[in-house]
This record gives sequence, structure tokens and C-alpha cells, in this order.
Amino acid sequence: MDLHNANAYTRRHFLGTGLTLASASLTLPAFIQRSAFGLPMAAEGMGSIPGVDEDRILVVLQLGGGNDGLNNVVPFRDDNYYRRRQGIGIPADRVLRLGTNSDVGLHPGLQAFKELYDDGMLSVIQGVGYPNPNRSHFKSMDIWHTADTSGTGDGWLGRYVDAECCGYGKGESGTPDGSVPTPEVSGQPTIAIGREAPLAMQGRKAKPVSFETPDLFRWTGKDVHESLAEPYASLTTQGVHEGVDADSAAGFLMRTALDAQVSSDLIRKAVRQAPLAQYPGNTLGRDLAMVASMIRAGLKTRVYYVSLGGFDTHAGQGGSNGRHAQLLQTYATAMRAFYQDLKASENDSRVMTMVFSEFGRRVAQNASGGTDHGTAAPMFLVGPMVRPGVIGNHPSLSDLDDGDLKYKIDFRSVYAGILEDWLSADSKAILEKSYKKLPVLG
Amino acid sequence: MPEAETTTSTALTPIRRESFGYDQARHLLLRAGFGGTPAQIQTLVEWGPERAVDYLVDLRNAPKYPVDGAAFSSSIMGPPTEETRARYRRARQTNDEEGLARLRLERQRRQAADRTQMREIQQWWLTRLIETPRPLEEKMTLFWHGHFATSYRTIEDSYHMFMQNVLYRTHAVGNFGALMHQVIRDPAMLEYLDNNDSRKNKPNENLARELMELFGLGVGNYSEQDIKEGARALTGYTFEDDRFVFVQKSHDNGAKRILGRASNMDGDDFVDTILAQPACASFISRKLYKFFAADVPESGTIERQQARALRELASLLRRTKYNLGPVLKKLFLSEHFYSDAVVNQRIKSPVELIVGSIRSLRTPVRDLNILLDALSLMGQNIFFPPSVAGWDGERSWINTSTLYVRQNILAYLLTGKTPRGYDALADEQRFDPSAVLGQLRAADPAAAKDPTRVIEYLLRFTIGHAPEKARAELAGLTQRTGGELTDDMITGLLLLITAMPEYQLT
Repeated sequence: MDLHNANAYTRRHFLGTGLTLASASLTLPAFIQRSAFGLPMAAEGMGSIPGVDEDRILVVLQLGGGNDGLNNVVPFRDDNYYRRRQGIGIPADRVLRLGTNSDVGLHPGLQAFKELYDDGMLSVIQGVGYPNPNRSHFKSMDIWHTADTSGTGDGWLGRYVDAECCGYGKGESGTPDGSVPTPEVSGQPTIAIGREAPLAMQGRKAKPVSFETPDLFRWTGKDVHESLAEPYASLTTQGVHEGVDADSAAGFLMRTALDAQVSSDLIRKAVRQAPLAQYPGNTLGRDLAMVASMIRAGLKTRVYYVSLGGFDTHAGQGGSNGRHAQLLQTYATAMRAFYQDLKASENDSRVMTMVFSEFGRRVAQNASGGTDHGTAAPMFLVGPMVRPGVIGNHPSLSDLDDGDLKYKIDFRSVYAGILEDWLSADSKAILEKSYKKLPVLG
Repeated sequence: MPEAETTTSTALTPIRRESFGYDQARHLLLRAGFGGTPAQIQTLVEWGPERAVDYLVDLRNAPKYPVDGAAFSSSIMGPPTEETRARYRRARQTNDEEGLARLRLERQRRQAADRTQMREIQQWWLTRLIETPRPLEEKMTLFWHGHFATSYRTIEDSYHMFMQNVLYRTHAVGNFGALMHQVIRDPAMLEYLDNNDSRKNKPNENLARELMELFGLGVGNYSEQDIKEGARALTGYTFEDDRFVFVQKSHDNGAKRILGRASNMDGDDFVDTILAQPACASFISRKLYKFFAADVPESGTIERQQARALRELASLLRRTKYNLGPVLKKLFLSEHFYSDAVVNQRIKSPVELIVGSIRSLRTPVRDLNILLDALSLMGQNIFFPPSVAGWDGERSWINTSTLYVRQNILAYLLTGKTPRGYDALADEQRFDPSAVLGQLRAADPAAAKDPTRVIEYLLRFTIGHAPEKARAELAGLTQRTGGELTDDMITGLLLLITAMPEYQLT
């Protein structure tokens, strides 16, 4: 064998027969049943029952860099808007009006969102932010991820999973009964598509599965030479070897290696399905298509996380057309395709998507035809079950805080609504504080 | 009456020279450092346990590996200059929004430059970990980084993180008490735990709490009142730019009562009070034992031998007035340290996995950024610990996702094959197995050509033993592909071995 001759690299079809046999030939021990994604049968097209609480799924779409809220949801009747945005303001006749009497409308790049809105599948929550806004990308993102204005601690979705499985609250150490936490694989790991697992999903016990492409959620050593696949399966994916104490560190590692193989097979089999809708040909489209496929395959995961970057438009942002318009179009069309896909597999009503960015941008455009870091901005909730329409009032453009919008709704009220109404969870325990819940269901 | 105090046959009986062979030397190198090549293992065997441990622990005799204090810029962040302050004032007074936006943009640029420098500092430390001739020094620096954990996420000043790293290295195998006195003067720590906002009549309790809960005593060995009083003692301990300052007018000089001791204490008196508690030596020695030897159950019964070992280490740490060297020597020289209760019972931290693999297998280092990304994906982003409690370690490192990263980063080190998704091109540098096999080739050329012998040798070197099943599987591979032990075949065998769950153990 020659490992360093590129011509010798044969890419084995990703479910090598040796591997399939190895998993299938096992009598499944009890731990698999509470392992990553339940029994492998879940992938065999076992439909799930819409409307049943345990089946509800939250998808988070993060728009990184600070999405310019004022050029998403445009206050087109407000002269202040046009006065401060003479180059990048969206002309009133280009704005996609939300209802006949509304004072706000969507940027033309959000045409696909307008269609979702018309179908009663879009909730536009205005003026979302938090007190003493931080304008550092880094810090503000951490604040959104931890639901804590200090930006420290575990992630809010991680705490949700912790609370579901283990009864932790925020900032507690140890388990509720004071014993040592045993970081076994929890019931429903969350899945993030991307190189890095978001802080939001890091709990005390809950750790997300994350991968950029499912091709990386597997052993890549196999790509080096096909002859390695079979010994790999035999050495690493057979569960606890004979003579090894199942409770020892070695036993734990062997169990996890088998779990990993089962999850990897499931996920990669799931995403091999052709999508049921036409997605835009970009990364976000591909990522959402994967999420739809995993949902269709019956994975028991309740939280998925995808992201799109590039919103830090300090210069050359553009108006109705241009760079920012492109970004809006990217996420809106991908989202529309996502729900078409979900609808085709009858999963749409059990999926809610939350769209957010770490902050909006300043009201006035800057000297470079862009906008600088700002504060409050709209959030979007998408799905057939959301409370459709425009929620809350647009922040005033004349009563500003040092040139920035004043927030009207604390983002944690939205989290509380999602946790309580959609995920049937105790938001007070998870957010460690009682926030006035914003009702999110229609 | 604790029996450990009365008997001479203690839990930490020294290992006899004749019991210190290949497996023991390998274990010592892995735990007191980051592993070594077969040649290094052989050297330690020849030296015997006393000289080997002296060499590793007594850094006075080790090759020098100084830190260049000027390697990084201290002025990227820092407080605003008088000129900047004046510009802010003017812009605010005149409602000059353009001007304010410009100032904000300048600040954002500085922050971006600082994040770049933070990445360079991460690379610098990872390089040191890989290259150091004083492995215990870097390992203890990593220990303190997890113990007195501080994250760049909150500090946002890369130079302060660098200074803290230098501080931990300076006291790596020094005196715990001396280190603790410096920690309450460390700008990164003072900022991380808000002591720079703590003043008389409005003390911030964060640092006082953690000094007792996480740094010195452990839960249950202090009261909430001790925290309140401790916070008063620490008022005025703050920093200006990169320098510790004690601000007399912010300090509460009144009488306090902390842990049973009453006087008008300051921060250093508070630290001395903590150090005087018997709980402190127990707490620190237990943490060292967990880091270097084996996990200790937090609840339930501790195995008898382990309980005695912990008591003896605590008592020794008190007797040495917190000098760490003698305590580590005692542990590394003990029979207990080489027993089944310790060997192969820990899960490698991500740093141990990457640094240890490079140092022992002598793989190319390849791209530091990919290695840093992998550390982060495996849950140990250096300079960014998840909280002030550091890393939980052991089983919390492992889940289905991180296990693949662990396997795949080894595939990358061995073959240069970048996991897809990274932008970098595949690395052409070849892994040369001769550092691993040279010893065997020299000693027994016939054995080095015999697949059975080589497989057994590789398994014993990498995972410490050679399970029958693994030997059979790997032998099957060599047979199917012709049986010739080319460099690529060795690489293939190592790819498989490093993917085995057992490779995650140390």
C-alpha cells in the first residue's frame, strides 16, 4: 500500500459493507436505546406524529456580523429613516408592505419571506434587544447565546437540554441530588452545522454534535486506504470488548465509539436523501436541506443550529440591491425552500425556526455607504404554528440612544415564549430569571 | 488516628529500581510530560526512577527554554490615550455622530488586531508545548491555566492573557502560596473576577468567593460571611494598564473576621489565612493527584489505597509549606503511581492527545491553526476555558462528535490529509516512522521486519499493552496487503491504533 500517492486514495462508498454488518450484527445493549438517536430503526422512515410535544423541533438560524434590522423591516412612512439613510434607504415603492395599514414592510430581497408572511408562516418581532447593549460582535453574540448580559455561563439551549434530561438550573454545579454528573451521551443531542459548536448549545452535560459536512462526522482515516475500513470497524465500533469493565474509562470510550458509529451512519444515511424542494445553491441552502433530511429521517434531535455570516456591512452595503440585499435573499429563499421541503414530508408543523443576529446597525448610514454596529433589531420566527404578523411596535427613529434604537422587547422574552409555548419547558429555570413570555404560537 | 501517619510502609512506598522498566518509564513520561519516543523511554529506564524523576521535576538542571517577554505587543488594547479621551469628549459635546462612529470603528479595529494577536499567542504556547525540553513546566502551566482559569472571551486583552501564562510558568513547579499571592495581582484575573470594580463600601465578592471555592479550599470549607469579609480585604487590588496597583482609597481597612482569624486584613493576609487552613493543602494535593494520577470520586467511598495516598500528599504539601516539587517527586516515585489503579485510567485531555502524539510518534507538526481548531472542537480551546472552574476533564471530553475529531486529527498528523472542509491544501510532509521503530531496528533487525513483533511493539508503545484482538486484526491487514512493512504500512497500522478507543487513555 502507498499512503502518500494521491492516486491510491480510493474513496470508499461511505457505508462500507463491513461497517454495516458490524452494527447490524450486534444484539443491541440497553445503552443504545438511550444513546444518541435512539434505535437505528428511527432512520427507516418511521414517521413522527405532528403536534405531539416531544416531536417539536426548534431550528435556530444565526445571522452573524450584525444584520441591519432597519433594512430588513423598513419603517417606510418615517421621514427620519430616509433622512438618515440617503444612499441605502429602501424607497417606499420597493418595500414589500406587510398588510395595508402597516407602517413597516420588508426589504425587496426578502420576497420569499413576504410569501411566508402571506401564508401565515412568519412572525416579525420588532425592536428586540437587551439593556446596556454591547457593540462587540464577540460579546454581544455571547450575550445572545448565554441569555445573560454578562455573556458568561452555559448556553441557553444547552441548559434547555440539561433541564430536560438532568434537571440542572443555570450556574449550578453538580447534579440536583449533589452527586457527580456522569457525562454520558444524553437523550437528544442537539446538532449544529458548522465548524464550531455554538456556545448556545453547550450545557453542563449537553454537548452538541457538530459537523461542517456529515462527511466529517466519521473517521477520515478510511479515505487514506480502503483496506483500513474493515479493521477499523472491528477495532473501534464493536462496543465494550470482552474482559473490559463496562463502567471503566475504557468501557465508556468503547461505548461512545459505537454510539458515534451508529449516529454517524444514521446522519449520513439521512442526508443522503434527495431534498424534496429546490434550495438555492449556497451553503445555507445545503445546510437547511441537511436539517430537513435529518428531520425527515426521524432523528430524535430537538434543536438544530445553522448560521450565515457576512452581515458586518460597514462599507458598500447597498440598498434595494447590492451586498446586503443578496444576503437577505440568500436566507429568505433558503428558508422558503426549507419549509417547502418540510411540508412535502409533512413535518412542517412540528418545526419552528428562530432567526436572529447579535445586533442591528446604527440608524444613520456612515461615510462609506455602510452602517456601523448598533443595537435593537427585529427577530423572525418561521413555521406554520407561529403567531403570524407583525408583533410589537417599531422602535422610534427620533427618540434614540446615542444614535441607536431603543429596544422594546428583551430577547429573553422571546426565548421564554419559545421555551414555554413551543418546547413546553420551564423558562424560569432555564433562563434563571422570570422573563415576561412573548406568546409565540398562532 | 490516621494510620498513614503512624506506619512507615505508606501508600506512597517508592518504586524499586528493578520494577522500573519500559512500561513504567513510558507512563512517567506520559504523565509528568507529554510522552516520549522509545529512545527517550529507554534512557529513563537506564537512569532508573530516582534520576528520571529528578530530571523531570527539578527544572534547575533541565535545559533552558526562556520566554521572550517582548514577543508580543502590550499596547494593542490598554486604556485610551489622553488624546482619544479628548476626542470622545469633543464628539459627545458637539453631538458629532460621525466622529463617535469613527472612534468606535477604531476601537473595533484594535479589537480585531488583538484577536489576531491572541491567535498568535495560542500558536506560541502550542509550539512550546510541542517543543519544550522541560515538559513538566508546560504541563504544570496547563494545570494552573485550568485551576486559576481565565478566559480571553471576557478579558479581551491578549497581552494580559500572555502575562498570566508567563506567571503560571514562572511558578509552574514552584510554591503554591507564592503563586496565589501573585494571582491576586494578576490583571487578567482581577478583571475576570471583577476585582477592578471592587471598592470600599461596594465590594465585589467574585474573587473572594473563587479564592476559597475553586482556588484554595473547596466547597464546605468556608461560609458566606467569610466571602463577604474576604471581599472587603481584597478591595483596592486592581490594575492600571498592564500593572497591578493597590489603591489605598478604595481599600477597606476596617477589621474583618475571616475563617476564624480577626484583624484588619488586606488581600495578602486573606490569602495567608486560606493557606493556613488544613483544607487548602488537601484541596490542592487532591487536584494534583487527579491531574497526574487518577480520578477521585467526589462522593461515595474512596478506595483505601487512594485515600491514604491523598492524605500523605496533603500532609507533605503542608510540611513543605506548599513547595510543589517534593510532592510531585513523591507521587512520581511511588509504587502506587505505577499501579493498575493509575496506569491507563485517565482520559487524555485534547492537549495531551495532540501534543503527546506529536512528541511520542514524532509526526510532523503541520498546520498549527488546524491543531488549534481541533483543540477547540475537542473542548479545550487554550486561553478560552469554559468558565472560572476550568475544564471538567475526564469523561466530559468525550462524546460522539469529539471522538471523531480525536481520531481524525491523528489521521491528519500521520498522513497530512486535511479533513475536508478545511481550506488548507493537503500537507505533503511525510510521517517518518523511524523515530518509533529505530530503537527496535537497531536492537533487533529481524524483529523489525516481522509483522507480529512490530505490531506488538507498536501497541505496547502507543496504548501500553497489546490486546489479542488488536494484534490479530492488525496482522490480518499486513497479510492481506502483502506483509511488507513499508513506511506506509506502519502509518496505516498507526492510523488504526490511534483510532482505537484505548488510544484515548493514558
